[in-house]
Amino acid sequence: MSVLLNLKGLTKAYPGVVANDDVSMVIKSGEVHALLGENGAGKSTLVKMIYGLVKPDSGTMEFSGAAFAPAEPRAARAAGVAMVFQHFSLFDALDVAENIALGMENPPKMRDLAQKITEVSNAYGLPLDPSRLIGDLSAGERQRVEIIRCLLQNPKLLIMDEPTSVLTPQEVDILFKTLEKLRSEGTSILYISHKLEEIRRLCDTATILRLGKNVGTCNPRIETARAMAEMMVGEVLHVPERKPHAQTDVALELRSLSIPSPSAFGTSLKDISFNVHRGEVLGIGGVAGNGQDELTGALSGELKSPAGQMMFAGKDVGNLGPNARRQIGLLAAPEERLGHAAAPDMSLTENAVLTGTVRKSLAQNGFVNWGAARDFAQEVIDGFDVRTPGTHTVARALSGGNLQKYVIGREILQKPEVMVVNQPTWGVDAAAAAAIRQALLDLAAEGAAIIVISQDLDELMEISDRFAALNEGRLSPPVPAAGLTVDQIGLMMGGAHDLEPMHE
Amino acid sequence: MIALEKRPEPSKLWSWATPILAVIATMIAGGLMFAALGKDPVESIRTIFWDPIFGEFAFYYRGQLLIKAGPLILIAIGLSLGFRAGIWNIGAEGQYIIGAICGAAVGLAFYPWDSFIVFPLMILAGALGGFLWAMIPGILRVKFNTNEILVSLLLVYVAEFILASMALGALKNPDGAGFPGSRNFRSYPAAYNEEIITGTGMHWGVVAAFIAVIFAYVLLARHLMGFQIKLAGQAPRAARFGGVNPSRLILFCLGISGALAGLAGLFEVSGPAGQISIDFNVGYGFTAIIVAFLGRLHPIGILLAGLLLALTYIGGEAAQSSLGLPAAAIQAFQGMLLFFLLAVDVLTNFRIRFGKREVA
Repeated sequence: MSVLLNLKGLTKAYPGVVANDDVSMVIKSGEVHALLGENGAGKSTLVKMIYGLVKPDSGTMEFSGAAFAPAEPRAARAAGVAMVFQHFSLFDALDVAENIALGMENPPKMRDLAQKITEVSNAYGLPLDPSRLIGDLSAGERQRVEIIRCLLQNPKLLIMDEPTSVLTPQEVDILFKTLEKLRSEGTSILYISHKLEEIRRLCDTATILRLGKNVGTCNPRIETARAMAEMMVGEVLHVPERKPHAQTDVALELRSLSIPSPSAFGTSLKDISFNVHRGEVLGIGGVAGNGQDELTGALSGELKSPAGQMMFAGKDVGNLGPNARRQIGLLAAPEERLGHAAAPDMSLTENAVLTGTVRKSLAQNGFVNWGAARDFAQEVIDGFDVRTPGTHTVARALSGGNLQKYVIGREILQKPEVMVVNQPTWGVDAAAAAAIRQALLDLAAEGAAIIVISQDLDELMEISDRFAALNEGRLSPPVPAAGLTVDQIGLMMGGAHDLEPMHE
Repeated sequence: MIALEKRPEPSKLWSWATPILAVIATMIAGGLMFAALGKDPVESIRTIFWDPIFGEFAFYYRGQLLIKAGPLILIAIGLSLGFRAGIWNIGAEGQYIIGAICGAAVGLAFYPWDSFIVFPLMILAGALGGFLWAMIPGILRVKFNTNEILVSLLLVYVAEFILASMALGALKNPDGAGFPGSRNFRSYPAAYNEEIITGTGMHWGVVAAFIAVIFAYVLLARHLMGFQIKLAGQAPRAARFGGVNPSRLILFCLGISGALAGLAGLFEVSGPAGQISIDFNVGYGFTAIIVAFLGRLHPIGILLAGLLLALTYIGGEAAQSSLGLPAAAIQAFQGMLLFFLLAVDVLTNFRIRFGKREVA
């Protein structure tokens, strides 16, 4: 196979951190090349350099044998590089064809474009109706829009940033068939992920980054997942310990909870029923955008529930606000760290006051006791190994993993009866993720009931006693997690959203 | 290329230095404008900033300083609470007018009863009038999600018509030989907001402004409500998660700013202005928006900004009369102050880097 892209000694430094340090790698024509690494390992910076968003400080790139130094994404696209970002840039209120036209330099007539979209989407087994509104599409379908937008440019190199984080197992299968078809036509794919099993399934070569350096290239089909993980992390991984839990009292029960979504493109919760016992971890899986945020809000008290649908220790708590729920011991940690679980421009002390006033008595007669608040913030920092200069640091100055440890620790130290967490380890490095999972299991061992909402199935299988999945605002009946197969989980998550793949 | 780079934390130094930098930039740009108008820039700036405090007629101007700064500070303190929470009351001018009308109406109703209770009742009525006028955009926002910026602003014009109708009708001086305008409170001592210390301009409205500064400082630094106000402005979702009730916060912020604007109106009508007249309001409610931002929405900053803007008012008038500068030039000068403040404000959260352009 010929060499498509050759990176030689790429270095990029930002104030205080070297994002890429002398990284060299080769991508051949027609291969699926995995780029592996933890958050902050420098994967994003590297692909941004290839896509013309960032200029390297030193080092050179060659594309199809010619020197390649794109000054902007347009130049990279003209050379044949296309990229599907993790976060979609689509307008909810426009339809598929309009969104694709917006990203083109010279869009053809809408009718021609719509026809082209249909052709390409059918050719690659990603059926898509060009006239549907983005707001009505599932996350998997939105990703198709982004992929087809790229395919219309006939790229030689397609970069995909964590594409499967929003997909069900069945949708992952469809996507992989598409990528395999592209590979057979000679298109190279640079596939960014930290999900090792998928990389072993799909990729021909894997390059592993750690702390900005290329620490090795391997054939993922031969290497074990554990060996690659340890190359990624640079240390031996700690697997959370858990004890089997005995059947105890019901701590929280939802009875056919139904709440309309507060926003136009949100997901309404429909007829959700489950209970969770003291000392138990209930894992709730599902593809992003199927009601996770709404369910977290309903449990935290940001959304009120109709009477009789949410029972805590035998009492109806559906009408209580967030602080009244904290009072009785129902605590939550939402998914979005910056702006929801914590105020980005406020100090860690102020962020301790955000949820800690009630249970930690941080206010008397309405006046904040800043001394006590500082002590509580320090307690969280010490107890959960949060790396930060001190309690005066603003939340957005912390790395994702450290802030997440702070947010989870802040709730755990308030000794919850029921703890709800949404995406507890999203975007968190492996060591911090292990620490957070262990802390949740320890909390359960002390008798708290825990509800973990996550899109990371490996995580849910690791820590849950029972598992249920959200699909379009409905929850499948919870079943014991031990012994569930990937196929069963996929069916609980709603299959492939009723969209049949067109691969033959 | 010059590039802006986001600071990891807002700079403490720059958040204090930017207002000073803005004042200096305003002096330079204003000086250029005055020069273009054919006036000596140095003398113009001196007339505006120096003479009212240290010049020949300073004994007169110094008193004016507090008289003008008092209502500006009082209104701006109220507005700053809402602005911090992302609640935009642009209609303080209307609340100021209604507060003045309500307070004056109570005073005039008791005329000529000479009792110490009259003035406190007027104060209550003034605050209540402003409060209720601000509740109109507040309740509309909470119940129907209307935009409080538009509603509060448009209510200013309604208030102006009510003012005109009062000056010509219900509150017209019965002994005024048919001239528009109410009785003058100077001739009704029980209701007159007199200077507390003669010649200083210190009247009860200025006292109220100082109390408001202290109140707002304590509220923001120590009280849970102040914390919730800051939280709602910076991170609305986090605020809801933290248990802040958005509707209650909207009503609280609009209510406080309305009540303080109403108080400012009452102290003005019963003191420096003396009577309800058709053109009683002179734009304090709008200028207070500048004061609030110039003071960085911080109580102490607002105190200083109120004094500074009062100075440009007084100095501006002096420059109009002594140098013949057009009134529009003075207004442009005051506008520049806000413009430069907002422009250099960027430095608090960003640092300037000279070099290659980067997109991180």
